[in-house]
Amino acid sequence: MAELNQDSGKGGKGGKVRSKKSGGKVDLTAMVDLAFLLITFFMLTTSLNKPQAMDVAMPDKNVETDKQTDVDVDEHRSVTLVLGSDDKLIWYQGDVKKPIQEPAVIDYSKDGLRAVLMKMKQVVPQQAGGKDMIVVIRPSEKSVTRNIVDALDEMKIVDVKRYMISNRIMAEEIELLKKDNLYND
Amino acid sequence: MGKAKVKRASTSIDMTAMCDVSFLLLTFFVLTATARQQESLIVDAPHSYSEAKLPDGNVAMITVGNEGKVFFHMSDQNVRVQALQQMGALYGIEFTPEEYGKFKAMEDFGVSMKTMKTLLAAEAGDRTEDKQKGIPVDSTSNASNELSSWVKQARLASAKILRDKAAADGTDPDDIELMTVAIKADANEKFPSLNLIIETLRNQKQNKFSFVTGLKAD
Repeated sequence: MAELNQDSGKGGKGGKVRSKKSGGKVDLTAMVDLAFLLITFFMLTTSLNKPQAMDVAMPDKNVETDKQTDVDVDEHRSVTLVLGSDDKLIWYQGDVKKPIQEPAVIDYSKDGLRAVLMKMKQVVPQQAGGKDMIVVIRPSEKSVTRNIVDALDEMKIVDVKRYMISNRIMAEEIELLKKDNLYND
Repeated sequence: MGKAKVKRASTSIDMTAMCDVSFLLLTFFVLTATARQQESLIVDAPHSYSEAKLPDGNVAMITVGNEGKVFFHMSDQNVRVQALQQMGALYGIEFTPEEYGKFKAMEDFGVSMKTMKTLLAAEAGDRTEDKQKGIPVDSTSNASNELSSWVKQARLASAKILRDKAAADGTDPDDIELMTVAIKADANEKFPSLNLIIETLRNQKQNKFSFVTGLKAD
Protein backbone atom coordinates (compact mmCIF):
# COMPACT_ATOMS: atom_id res chain seq x y z
CA MET A 1 0.00 0.00 0.00
CA ALA A 2 2.88 2.26 0.69
CA GLU A 3 4.43 1.56 -2.66
CA LEU A 4 2.55 3.76 -4.95
CA ASN A 5 4.89 3.86 -7.92
CA GLN A 6 5.26 0.22 -8.77
CA ASP A 7 6.97 -0.67 -11.97
CA SER A 8 4.66 -2.29 -14.41
CA GLY A 9 7.63 -4.30 -15.67
CA LYS A 10 7.20 -4.16 -19.40
CA GLY A 11 7.29 -1.33 -21.81
CA GLY A 12 9.81 0.50 -19.74
CA LYS A 13 12.71 0.04 -22.06
CA GLY A 14 12.95 1.98 -25.18
CA GLY A 15 10.18 4.24 -24.21
CA LYS A 16 10.40 7.63 -22.68
CA VAL A 17 12.53 7.87 -19.64
CA ARG A 18 10.04 8.59 -16.94
CA SER A 19 11.06 10.72 -14.09
CA LYS A 20 10.74 8.60 -11.00
CA LYS A 21 8.21 9.94 -8.61
CA SER A 22 9.67 10.44 -5.22
CA GLY A 23 7.96 10.16 -1.84
CA GLY A 24 5.86 7.10 -2.50
CA LYS A 25 7.96 4.80 -0.40
CA VAL A 26 8.58 5.74 3.18
CA ASP A 27 11.06 4.00 5.38
CA LEU A 28 8.90 2.62 8.17
CA THR A 29 11.68 1.09 10.23
CA ALA A 30 11.84 3.93 12.70
CA MET A 31 8.08 3.91 13.11
CA VAL A 32 8.08 0.19 13.83
CA ASP A 33 10.83 0.71 16.37
CA LEU A 34 8.80 3.33 18.10
CA ALA A 35 5.67 1.20 18.07
CA PHE A 36 7.44 -1.73 19.63
CA LEU A 37 8.99 0.49 22.25
CA LEU A 38 5.54 1.71 23.23
CA ILE A 39 4.18 -1.83 23.27
CA THR A 40 6.94 -2.88 25.62
CA PHE A 41 6.22 0.07 27.86
CA PHE A 42 2.51 -0.68 28.08
CA MET A 43 3.09 -4.38 28.62
CA LEU A 44 5.37 -3.70 31.55
CA THR A 45 3.25 -1.05 33.22
CA THR A 46 -0.08 -2.82 33.03
CA SER A 47 -1.21 -5.55 35.32
CA LEU A 48 -2.89 -8.03 33.07
CA ASN A 49 -3.39 -10.60 35.77
CA LYS A 50 -6.14 -9.35 37.96
CA PRO A 51 -6.01 -10.73 41.49
CA GLN A 52 -8.14 -13.73 42.25
CA ALA A 53 -10.91 -13.36 44.76
CA MET A 54 -12.19 -15.96 47.14
CA ASP A 55 -15.67 -15.21 48.32
CA VAL A 56 -16.46 -15.93 51.93
CA ALA A 57 -19.78 -15.64 53.68
CA MET A 58 -19.81 -15.50 57.44
CA PRO A 59 -22.86 -16.38 59.51
CA ASP A 60 -24.99 -13.48 60.60
CA LYS A 61 -24.10 -12.14 64.01
CA ASN A 62 -26.52 -10.76 66.50
CA VAL A 63 -24.67 -7.58 67.37
CA GLU A 64 -26.98 -6.50 70.19
CA THR A 65 -26.65 -9.57 72.35
CA ASP A 66 -23.41 -10.91 70.88
CA LYS A 67 -24.55 -14.41 71.58
CA GLN A 68 -23.90 -17.12 69.12
CA THR A 69 -27.15 -18.79 68.28
CA ASP A 70 -26.07 -22.36 68.71
CA VAL A 71 -27.89 -24.81 66.57
CA ASP A 72 -27.98 -28.43 67.63
CA VAL A 73 -26.89 -30.68 64.84
CA ASP A 74 -26.25 -34.36 64.71
CA GLU A 75 -22.72 -34.77 66.06
CA HIS A 76 -22.01 -37.26 63.32
CA ARG A 77 -22.33 -34.47 60.81
CA SER A 78 -19.82 -32.05 62.27
CA VAL A 79 -16.22 -32.30 61.20
CA THR A 80 -13.96 -29.76 62.90
CA LEU A 81 -10.62 -28.56 61.60
CA VAL A 82 -8.46 -26.85 64.21
CA LEU A 83 -5.75 -24.89 62.46
CA GLY A 84 -2.48 -24.83 64.34
CA SER A 85 0.98 -23.50 63.71
CA ASP A 86 3.68 -25.00 61.45
CA ASP A 87 1.17 -25.47 58.60
CA LYS A 88 -0.53 -28.38 60.32
CA LEU A 89 -4.04 -28.90 61.54
CA ILE A 90 -5.98 -31.26 63.75
CA TRP A 91 -9.29 -32.70 62.68
CA TYR A 92 -11.93 -34.62 64.54
CA GLN A 93 -15.55 -35.62 64.13
CA GLY A 94 -18.27 -34.85 66.64
CA ASP A 95 -17.88 -33.16 70.00
CA VAL A 96 -14.43 -32.24 71.24
CA LYS A 97 -15.11 -33.80 74.66
CA LYS A 98 -16.06 -37.18 73.27
CA PRO A 99 -15.12 -37.23 69.62
CA ILE A 100 -16.50 -39.94 67.34
CA GLN A 101 -13.36 -39.87 65.28
CA GLU A 102 -10.26 -39.31 67.40
CA PRO A 103 -8.32 -36.07 66.70
CA ALA A 104 -5.54 -36.56 64.19
CA VAL A 105 -2.78 -34.28 62.93
CA ILE A 106 -2.73 -33.72 59.17
CA ASP A 107 -1.27 -31.15 56.77
CA TYR A 108 -2.80 -29.15 53.94
CA SER A 109 -1.54 -31.37 51.15
CA LYS A 110 -3.52 -33.55 48.80
CA ASP A 111 -2.94 -36.63 50.92
CA GLY A 112 -3.71 -34.81 54.13
CA LEU A 113 -6.74 -32.57 54.34
CA ARG A 114 -8.21 -33.43 50.95
CA ALA A 115 -8.07 -37.16 51.55
CA VAL A 116 -9.78 -36.75 54.92
CA LEU A 117 -12.52 -34.55 53.48
CA MET A 118 -13.10 -36.92 50.57
CA LYS A 119 -13.44 -39.86 52.95
CA MET A 120 -15.69 -38.03 55.39
CA LYS A 121 -17.89 -36.79 52.57
CA GLN A 122 -18.68 -40.43 51.85
CA VAL A 123 -18.84 -41.64 55.44
CA VAL A 124 -20.96 -38.88 57.03
CA PRO A 125 -24.16 -39.41 55.00
CA GLN A 126 -24.09 -43.11 55.92
CA GLN A 127 -23.81 -42.31 59.63
CA ALA A 128 -26.17 -39.37 59.70
CA GLY A 129 -28.96 -40.83 57.64
CA GLY A 130 -28.30 -39.17 54.30
CA LYS A 131 -27.47 -35.72 55.64
CA ASP A 132 -24.27 -34.10 54.43
CA MET A 133 -21.37 -33.09 56.60
CA ILE A 134 -20.77 -29.68 58.14
CA VAL A 135 -17.15 -28.58 58.30
CA VAL A 136 -16.14 -26.07 60.95
CA ILE A 137 -12.86 -24.32 60.30
CA ARG A 138 -11.46 -23.09 63.57
CA PRO A 139 -8.25 -21.10 63.20
CA SER A 140 -6.18 -20.83 66.35
CA GLU A 141 -4.22 -17.72 67.22
CA LYS A 142 -1.08 -19.31 65.87
CA SER A 143 -2.41 -20.09 62.43
CA VAL A 144 -1.74 -17.76 59.52
CA THR A 145 -3.86 -16.46 56.66
CA ARG A 146 -2.40 -18.94 54.22
CA ASN A 147 -3.76 -21.79 56.32
CA ILE A 148 -7.28 -20.39 56.24
CA VAL A 149 -7.15 -19.80 52.50
CA ASP A 150 -5.77 -23.31 51.96
CA ALA A 151 -8.56 -24.80 54.05
CA LEU A 152 -11.19 -22.80 52.16
CA ASP A 153 -9.60 -23.90 48.92
CA GLU A 154 -9.99 -27.54 49.88
CA MET A 155 -13.67 -26.91 50.64
CA LYS A 156 -14.10 -25.73 47.06
CA ILE A 157 -12.10 -28.61 45.59
CA VAL A 158 -13.86 -31.33 47.57
CA ASP A 159 -17.15 -29.47 47.02
CA VAL A 160 -18.21 -29.31 50.64
CA LYS A 161 -21.60 -27.62 50.66
CA ARG A 162 -21.68 -26.55 54.29
CA TYR A 163 -18.71 -25.03 55.97
CA MET A 164 -18.03 -22.12 58.24
CA ILE A 165 -15.18 -20.23 59.80
CA SER A 166 -15.53 -20.02 63.54
CA ASN A 167 -13.32 -17.86 65.70
CA ARG A 168 -14.55 -19.32 68.97
CA ILE A 169 -11.85 -21.82 69.66
CA MET A 170 -12.39 -23.96 72.73
CA ALA A 171 -9.88 -24.51 75.52
CA GLU A 172 -9.91 -28.26 74.84
CA GLU A 173 -8.90 -27.63 71.25
CA ILE A 174 -5.99 -25.44 72.29
CA GLU A 175 -4.95 -28.26 74.62
CA LEU A 176 -5.03 -30.63 71.66
CA LEU A 177 -2.78 -28.32 69.67
CA LYS A 178 -0.38 -27.90 72.57
CA LYS A 179 -0.19 -31.63 73.09
CA ASP A 180 0.86 -32.12 69.48
CA ASN A 181 3.25 -29.17 69.61
CA LEU A 182 1.24 -27.15 67.09
CA TYR A 183 0.84 -24.03 69.16
CA ASN A 184 4.16 -22.32 68.51
CA ASP A 185 4.86 -18.81 67.33
CA MET B 1 30.65 -5.23 -24.62
CA GLY B 2 29.57 -4.55 -21.16
CA LYS B 3 29.50 -7.28 -18.61
CA ALA B 4 26.09 -8.42 -17.58
CA LYS B 5 25.71 -7.17 -14.06
CA VAL B 6 24.29 -9.50 -11.43
CA LYS B 7 21.21 -7.88 -10.16
CA ARG B 8 21.47 -7.37 -6.41
CA ALA B 9 18.40 -8.13 -4.39
CA SER B 10 17.25 -5.11 -2.48
CA THR B 11 18.08 -5.22 1.21
CA SER B 12 15.22 -3.03 2.27
CA ILE B 13 12.20 -4.93 3.47
CA ASP B 14 8.70 -3.71 3.23
CA MET B 15 7.90 -2.63 6.76
CA THR B 16 4.26 -1.80 6.13
CA ALA B 17 2.79 -5.03 7.44
CA MET B 18 5.02 -5.07 10.47
CA CYS B 19 4.09 -1.51 11.22
CA ASP B 20 0.41 -2.40 10.95
CA VAL B 21 0.75 -5.32 13.31
CA SER B 22 2.76 -3.44 15.89
CA PHE B 23 0.32 -0.57 15.98
CA LEU B 24 -2.57 -2.98 16.27
CA LEU B 25 -0.89 -4.54 19.29
CA LEU B 26 -0.15 -1.12 20.69
CA THR B 27 -3.78 -0.10 20.37
CA PHE B 28 -4.82 -3.31 22.11
CA PHE B 29 -2.51 -2.73 25.05
CA VAL B 30 -3.48 0.90 25.40
CA LEU B 31 -7.17 0.07 25.44
CA THR B 32 -6.97 -2.88 27.83
CA ALA B 33 -4.48 -1.24 30.13
CA THR B 34 -5.24 -0.38 33.69
CA ALA B 35 -2.31 1.27 35.30
CA ARG B 36 -0.69 -0.77 38.01
CA GLN B 37 -1.70 0.59 41.35
CA GLN B 38 0.95 1.96 43.56
CA GLU B 39 0.36 0.32 46.88
CA SER B 40 1.93 1.65 50.02
CA LEU B 41 1.73 -1.57 51.97
CA ILE B 42 2.94 -4.42 49.84
CA VAL B 43 1.80 -7.80 51.03
CA ASP B 44 2.35 -11.28 49.77
CA ALA B 45 -1.17 -12.60 49.35
CA PRO B 46 -1.76 -16.32 49.87
CA HIS B 47 -2.26 -18.50 46.81
CA SER B 48 -5.43 -20.38 45.98
CA TYR B 49 -7.02 -22.36 43.19
CA SER B 50 -9.95 -19.97 43.08
CA GLU B 51 -10.65 -18.78 39.56
CA ALA B 52 -13.03 -15.98 40.41
CA LYS B 53 -11.65 -12.54 39.69
CA LEU B 54 -11.98 -9.48 41.81
CA PRO B 55 -14.50 -7.12 40.18
CA ASP B 56 -13.09 -4.15 38.31
CA GLY B 57 -14.82 -1.19 39.84
CA ASN B 58 -16.31 -0.35 43.17
CA VAL B 59 -14.15 -2.33 45.53
CA ALA B 60 -13.11 -1.45 49.04
CA MET B 61 -9.96 -3.31 49.90
CA ILE B 62 -8.57 -3.76 53.37
CA THR B 63 -4.92 -4.68 53.31
CA VAL B 64 -3.39 -6.19 56.38
CA GLY B 65 0.22 -7.15 56.80
CA ASN B 66 3.40 -6.36 58.64
CA GLU B 67 2.22 -7.40 62.12
CA GLY B 68 -1.34 -6.22 61.84
CA LYS B 69 -0.91 -2.92 60.02
CA VAL B 70 -4.19 -2.07 58.30
CA PHE B 71 -4.48 -0.04 55.11
CA PHE B 72 -7.64 0.90 53.26
CA HIS B 73 -8.21 1.40 49.56
CA MET B 74 -11.31 2.50 47.66
CA SER B 75 -11.22 1.93 43.93
CA ASP B 76 -13.75 4.60 42.94
CA GLN B 77 -12.47 8.16 43.18
CA ASN B 78 -15.89 9.69 43.75
CA VAL B 79 -16.49 7.26 46.58
CA ARG B 80 -13.18 8.37 48.12
CA VAL B 81 -14.22 12.00 48.25
CA GLN B 82 -17.70 11.25 49.51
CA ALA B 83 -16.36 8.90 52.18
CA LEU B 84 -13.79 11.44 53.37
CA GLN B 85 -16.51 14.07 53.64
CA GLN B 86 -18.60 11.79 55.81
CA MET B 87 -15.60 10.71 57.86
CA GLY B 88 -14.63 14.35 58.42
CA ALA B 89 -18.11 15.12 59.67
CA LEU B 90 -18.01 12.07 61.93
CA TYR B 91 -14.67 12.84 63.51
CA GLY B 92 -15.04 16.63 63.45
CA ILE B 93 -12.24 17.37 61.00
CA GLU B 94 -12.64 19.82 58.15
CA PHE B 95 -10.70 19.34 54.97
CA THR B 96 -9.87 21.96 52.38
CA PRO B 97 -10.70 21.46 48.69
CA GLU B 98 -7.00 20.86 47.99
CA GLU B 99 -6.95 18.10 50.57
CA TYR B 100 -9.98 16.51 48.96
CA GLY B 101 -8.16 16.63 45.65
CA LYS B 102 -5.11 14.97 47.14
CA PHE B 103 -7.19 12.32 48.84
CA LYS B 104 -8.94 11.60 45.56
CA ALA B 105 -5.61 10.85 43.92
CA MET B 106 -4.33 8.76 46.81
CA GLU B 107 -4.57 5.03 46.19
CA ASP B 108 -4.48 3.79 49.75
CA PHE B 109 -3.71 5.02 53.21
CA GLY B 110 -3.05 3.68 56.66
CA VAL B 111 -3.36 6.50 59.14
CA SER B 112 -5.83 7.54 61.79
CA MET B 113 -8.15 10.47 61.16
CA LYS B 114 -6.02 12.63 63.49
CA THR B 115 -2.95 12.26 61.31
CA MET B 116 -4.81 12.32 58.01
CA LYS B 117 -4.01 15.99 57.43
CA THR B 118 -0.31 15.37 57.93
CA LEU B 119 -0.42 12.55 55.43
CA LEU B 120 -2.24 14.67 52.87
CA ALA B 121 0.25 17.51 53.36
CA ALA B 122 3.14 15.20 52.51
CA GLU B 123 4.34 14.71 48.96
CA ALA B 124 2.95 11.68 47.17
CA GLY B 125 6.38 10.09 47.10
CA ASP B 126 6.83 10.55 50.84
CA ARG B 127 3.73 8.61 51.81
CA THR B 128 5.66 5.45 52.37
CA GLU B 129 4.55 2.53 54.44
CA ASP B 130 6.86 3.14 57.39
CA LYS B 131 5.44 6.65 57.83
CA GLN B 132 1.92 5.30 58.17
CA LYS B 133 1.03 3.50 61.34
CA GLY B 134 -2.06 1.74 60.05
CA ILE B 135 -5.73 2.49 60.62
CA PRO B 136 -6.81 1.93 64.24
CA VAL B 137 -8.95 -1.16 64.53
CA ASP B 138 -10.41 -2.90 67.56
CA SER B 139 -13.18 -5.30 68.38
CA THR B 140 -15.86 -2.67 69.00
CA SER B 141 -18.03 -0.71 66.59
CA ASN B 142 -17.37 2.60 68.32
CA ALA B 143 -15.59 5.60 66.87
CA SER B 144 -12.30 4.19 68.17
CA ASN B 145 -12.55 1.50 65.53
CA GLU B 146 -11.78 3.76 62.61
CA LEU B 147 -11.65 0.93 60.12
CA SER B 148 -15.25 0.14 60.95
CA SER B 149 -16.20 3.76 60.25
CA TRP B 150 -14.25 3.81 57.00
CA VAL B 151 -15.89 0.66 55.68
CA LYS B 152 -19.31 1.89 56.71
CA GLN B 153 -18.86 5.36 55.19
CA ALA B 154 -17.40 3.89 52.02
CA ARG B 155 -20.39 1.61 51.65
CA LEU B 156 -22.80 4.47 52.31
CA ALA B 157 -20.94 6.74 49.91
CA SER B 158 -20.91 4.10 47.21
CA ALA B 159 -24.62 3.42 47.62
CA LYS B 160 -25.40 7.14 47.54
CA ILE B 161 -23.38 7.73 44.38
CA LEU B 162 -24.90 4.76 42.62
CA ARG B 163 -28.42 5.77 43.67
CA ASP B 164 -27.90 9.29 42.39
CA LYS B 165 -26.56 7.92 39.16
CA ALA B 166 -29.48 5.54 38.78
CA ALA B 167 -31.91 8.37 39.46
CA ALA B 168 -30.19 10.52 36.83
CA ASP B 169 -30.32 7.67 34.34
CA GLY B 170 -33.95 7.02 35.14
CA THR B 171 -33.39 3.43 36.29
CA ASP B 172 -34.54 1.82 39.48
CA PRO B 173 -32.46 3.30 42.35
CA ASP B 174 -32.83 0.16 44.43
CA ASP B 175 -31.34 -1.99 41.72
CA ILE B 176 -27.69 -1.15 42.35
CA GLU B 177 -24.69 -3.34 42.65
CA LEU B 178 -23.29 -3.08 46.13
CA MET B 179 -19.69 -2.40 46.90
CA THR B 180 -17.45 -5.44 47.20
CA VAL B 181 -15.38 -5.59 50.35
CA ALA B 182 -12.14 -7.48 49.95
CA ILE B 183 -9.47 -8.42 52.44
CA LYS B 184 -5.92 -8.72 51.24
CA ALA B 185 -3.97 -10.30 54.01
CA ASP B 186 -0.36 -11.30 54.06
CA ALA B 187 0.08 -15.05 53.82
CA ASN B 188 2.04 -15.10 57.05
CA GLU B 189 -0.23 -12.80 58.98
CA LYS B 190 -1.42 -14.39 62.20
CA PHE B 191 -5.14 -15.03 62.68
CA PRO B 192 -5.88 -12.52 65.51
CA SER B 193 -5.26 -9.46 63.31
CA LEU B 194 -7.35 -10.99 60.53
CA ASN B 195 -10.04 -11.89 63.02
CA LEU B 196 -10.33 -8.26 64.14
CA ILE B 197 -11.10 -7.25 60.57
CA ILE B 198 -13.57 -10.08 60.00
CA GLU B 199 -15.36 -9.18 63.23
CA THR B 200 -15.37 -5.50 62.25
CA LEU B 201 -17.12 -6.44 59.02
CA ARG B 202 -19.52 -8.81 60.73
CA ASN B 203 -20.47 -6.18 63.29
CA GLN B 204 -21.85 -4.06 60.49
CA LYS B 205 -23.53 -6.99 58.80
CA GLN B 206 -21.06 -7.10 55.96
CA ASN B 207 -21.07 -10.87 56.16
CA LYS B 208 -19.92 -11.39 52.61
CA PHE B 209 -16.44 -10.45 51.58
CA SER B 210 -13.62 -11.75 49.44
CA PHE B 211 -10.11 -12.81 50.21
CA VAL B 212 -7.68 -11.53 47.62
CA THR B 213 -5.39 -14.34 46.58
CA GLY B 214 -2.86 -15.11 43.91
CA LEU B 215 -3.20 -18.01 41.55
CA LYS B 216 -1.54 -21.22 42.59
CA ALA B 217 0.80 -22.40 39.89
CA ASP B 218 0.68 -26.16 40.39
